[in-house]
Amino acid sequence: MPPSASLVQPALWPLSLIVFLPALVAAFLSLPIIPKAREELIRWITLGTLAVVFVLSLWMAVPQLFGATGPAQFQIGQPEMQAVVKLPWIQAFGIEYLLGVDGISLPLVVLTTFLSMLAAAASWPITKHVKAYHVLFLLLVTGMLGVFVSLDFFLFYVFWEVMLLPMYFLIGIWGGPRREYAAIKFFLYTLLGSVLMLIAILMLYFSSDLRLLSPEQLTAAHVVSPALEAAAQAEAVQAIKTAADPVHTFNLLALAELGQLPNSPFSTSMVWGTSLEIWAFLLLLIGFVIKVPVVPVHTWLPDAHVEAPTPISMILAGVLLKLGGYGIIRICYPICPGAGLSLAWLVCGLGVVSMVYGAFAALAQKDFKRMVAYSSVSHMGYVMLGLGVWSAVAGQEYRWEAWAQGVNGAMFQMLAHGFSSAGMFFMVGVLYDRVHHRNLDEFGGIFNRMPVYAGLAVAVFFAGLGLPGLCGFIGEVLVTLSSWNYSRTLAVISAFTVILTAAYILWAIQRVYLGAEYKGPHGDHLTPMTPRELSIAAPLVFLAILFGVAPQILFNYVTPTVNRQVQTLAAWTRDVHDAPAPVAVAEVGK
Amino acid sequence: MNDPVNIGTLLSGTLNDTLTVSLPLFRPELALSATIVLLLLCRMLPVLRLLDSALVALGGAAFALWYAWVDLQALPPLAEAAASAGGRVEIFSGLLVFDSFTAYLRCILAGFLVLYIVFTKVSGIPDREDGADFYSLVLGATLGMCLMASANHLLMVFMAVEMASVPSYALAGILKGRRAASEAAIKYAVYGAGAAGIMLYGISLLAGVLGTCHLPSMANELARVVQAGPPGGSVMVLTLGGLMLAVGLAFKLSAVPFHFWCPDVFEGAAAEVGAFLSVASKAAAVALLIRVAYALGMPAGEAAAGIVADLAPVRHFSVAVIALMAAVTCTLGNLAAYGQTNMKRLLAYSTIAHAGYLMMGVAAAIALAGPKPAAAATAVTAVAFYLGTYLFMNLAAFAIVAFLRNRLRSEEIASYAGLVRTSPGIVVATTVVLVSLIGLPPLAGFVAKFLVFSSLVEAISAGVDRQLMLLLLVVGGLNTVISLFYYLRVLKVMTFDAPPEDRAGEAFPLVSLPGAVVTALAVPVLVLGVFWSGLYAAAQLAGAFAS
Repeated sequence: MPPSASLVQPALWPLSLIVFLPALVAAFLSLPIIPKAREELIRWITLGTLAVVFVLSLWMAVPQLFGATGPAQFQIGQPEMQAVVKLPWIQAFGIEYLLGVDGISLPLVVLTTFLSMLAAAASWPITKHVKAYHVLFLLLVTGMLGVFVSLDFFLFYVFWEVMLLPMYFLIGIWGGPRREYAAIKFFLYTLLGSVLMLIAILMLYFSSDLRLLSPEQLTAAHVVSPALEAAAQAEAVQAIKTAADPVHTFNLLALAELGQLPNSPFSTSMVWGTSLEIWAFLLLLIGFVIKVPVVPVHTWLPDAHVEAPTPISMILAGVLLKLGGYGIIRICYPICPGAGLSLAWLVCGLGVVSMVYGAFAALAQKDFKRMVAYSSVSHMGYVMLGLGVWSAVAGQEYRWEAWAQGVNGAMFQMLAHGFSSAGMFFMVGVLYDRVHHRNLDEFGGIFNRMPVYAGLAVAVFFAGLGLPGLCGFIGEVLVTLSSWNYSRTLAVISAFTVILTAAYILWAIQRVYLGAEYKGPHGDHLTPMTPRELSIAAPLVFLAILFGVAPQILFNYVTPTVNRQVQTLAAWTRDVHDAPAPVAVAEVGK
Repeated sequence: MNDPVNIGTLLSGTLNDTLTVSLPLFRPELALSATIVLLLLCRMLPVLRLLDSALVALGGAAFALWYAWVDLQALPPLAEAAASAGGRVEIFSGLLVFDSFTAYLRCILAGFLVLYIVFTKVSGIPDREDGADFYSLVLGATLGMCLMASANHLLMVFMAVEMASVPSYALAGILKGRRAASEAAIKYAVYGAGAAGIMLYGISLLAGVLGTCHLPSMANELARVVQAGPPGGSVMVLTLGGLMLAVGLAFKLSAVPFHFWCPDVFEGAAAEVGAFLSVASKAAAVALLIRVAYALGMPAGEAAAGIVADLAPVRHFSVAVIALMAAVTCTLGNLAAYGQTNMKRLLAYSTIAHAGYLMMGVAAAIALAGPKPAAAATAVTAVAFYLGTYLFMNLAAFAIVAFLRNRLRSEEIASYAGLVRTSPGIVVATTVVLVSLIGLPPLAGFVAKFLVFSSLVEAISAGVDRQLMLLLLVVGGLNTVISLFYYLRVLKVMTFDAPPEDRAGEAFPLVSLPGAVVTALAVPVLVLGVFWSGLYAAAQLAGAFAS
């Protein structure tokens, strides 16, 4: 494709702007054009930028709101990758600037833009080095959005790492008393995970071979752009098919197609007696679960969440943890299905252990924010369990519905947790801004002093608890139900964890909001919520209720893509994995 | 040859060869030599003494860079270059070799020289009085380094190493009257002399057994020794000779356990000298390592095609030596950097660690050379690319140290506390440079590491020296993680810590001459991290000599 033609791809500007506008504004802010002292202006520019990005993402996601339906806008109900942008980047390695959204990534993109906007609004109390804070914050947003929309593994990794440094500084400079420790711990854990991921990326790259794919698969994976004319497509396919050496690729969709081939190159090559697929799955899984995080690699999370300033805690809990889950669903399972099947017990086991451990740990906390942090560990355990239940196996007659229920539940849980946990951290922050402590035992009687705040806070905490009618309920119940088909023990444990969750949240509500009167320090600072705080809390509460009552709003996006992926993997289990060997050989022969 | 040797024909043939073939491919070196003479001449004549020697040196370096660039441009396109072993020509009757790798390395070295002279001019060391001495030493050492990159004969290897080293010893002590500098110089010289002696002894052992010092001929002889069957006494001598040669190279690379000079010299000498030793010297040493290991294990040319299989044990030996040294060097460099409080010492250990990463790439290249020459060329490309980015990263790091020293009168990390309050620009530049040294995207250091690691993975998937390559991959990955800590500590001090009450010196704005130099060095680190196709294409050309 000539470069001039490639710059007019319909989706190029909307998607690229969503990702890079924050970074561009960050670069603009870091120039000495706006003086440091104009703090209010810097805050408004940041908030305005993120509002524009949010509106842009809405324009893509909910075209009905805007009347027009452009080619870059998302068509609900279509499971495929949409709004794909494809530009060559580093031709020597076949690395591309390949972006796209589907039902899995688009809701997460909108979640990110929405929470970033709210977090920018929640950043008003930040008074130290305002300019630097906002520059770093905007860079962080670019990194997060980039991860969700990248379809090239190299690009994905670049965005994945771009987040680290801003986050390090945001925790380390604007954090609480133990901020330096928390920041370096966060960085070390994540970097360890990403180095392992890099090794897996390279292993997959060097064993991939595009020549094994059919022309249809090449087009479906956007290796050959379907936007090209038929003749040009055929030519591009021919060039790949007739190459003398293996054609390696970083294209995530093509890697998934390769991983699901009978006798896929990943399952046939061995390293130390174990297939490469297993190694890659494990390395990637470690990288992702550090981010999720699951027990036993969760220890960075309580420190980072507690020390980070309120808006950063919101982003950490609301978005960063989802990156891990997203990576597992987008990369681990489709690319390494064999490993996913044989290690399903590991993923589910890790999920259930985190669920229970996180709940018990939350029960034991004296610090309000730490308790919320551990509740994230527990809630993300449901995501792991939902993603891991590979129940479409021979004994279950390859029925994919039950499994899809789990994955859909996990996706819903991720989104719901994004709203509820960001809300919980914000609510803790509101209180902390006033009384400057978070000791659960020194609260009480907030309901009398701040009735509006307390009402909203209780709603958000109930959403976290998983009360029916609120968003937390749907995901947990779907995951628990679907895990029944996989393992009754795990299902029972995860059902019982709900009781623990109820215990720590209700106990916290009782200690903080109920009671006769507030006896802790700085009681006279307990002023009602400001309009700014209200405008952050209210949308979160509204959405928590909305998605609890009408979950299909989200499922309309998520389900088609998830179902298709699960169906494909279930069929893969039947046809490839469980099929007698001669059939597989015959498949290769044709 | 049946003809009786005719002195006349021999002389005219040599003369003809020198004038028409060798010298036209030797122009960058000639430019450097002429500049050295000019610098010394300017010293003699009172009128010319008014001329700033930095400008003379800059002019000479620019000429060298121009010629090196022209030579690089004149190379055939990649596919052809790969077919002709990078346009390989032996010059000066086989003492040197010109190919795409030589051309690329000379470009790197001359380009470095230009940037380096500008940087030293701005930073003020050397002062005007020392200028002529300093720059003629620098140019002389660079000349030696260019020869290192193109050596094709063990005699030339030794000559080039000494030519690069001896001026460096003097450079280390260029700050007259400073005890630390003199101590650094004497330590460096003694260590260097020892290493040179051992290397010379190794060369004489190799030459004695093989009967030649011409590297391609040595490869032929080695193949014959291998063919001769069961190992005899000569293999023992050859191994010993090879190891002793490796000692000399390891000294130049500052590879463990021959790295002891490095932190002391870097700490004692001026930051400007550290920059020179850390970038140019390292680049030349890596180039020489590739040269020697390749010429002995995988000789180029039609005639050599038959002996490639026979040389497998030679390659295996060099891979084992280089890989083990790389693993140890990388780990020790990173671990020792933890405890450092002096920025130059920290950078010294960082240099050692990076030598380890570079050697990993070399090990992968040699391992792949036999079974997959194309992949080996990619590995050489990775190393060449690494050197190209390393130039900017490390020169920028030392430039920042030098300029901060001029302001703060200190090179202790603790004295950088809270710099972000007064000089945010320089802190951003430092962040870019140090994070690139860690190897995080989207900075150039990441791409370099990515390429080296991908060569290792390619070697693993090709199944050559699998255990060693896996070891290197794991060691490299872990080292990236542990290196995070000490680089970040510098940034932590600069940003998190409160500035001292009694800070001497004023703020360091980016809008100033030193600021411009730092910016000019740091911006390529960022740009090459995103748009690296251009440099990669050049590095691919360099790697073509190996395919």
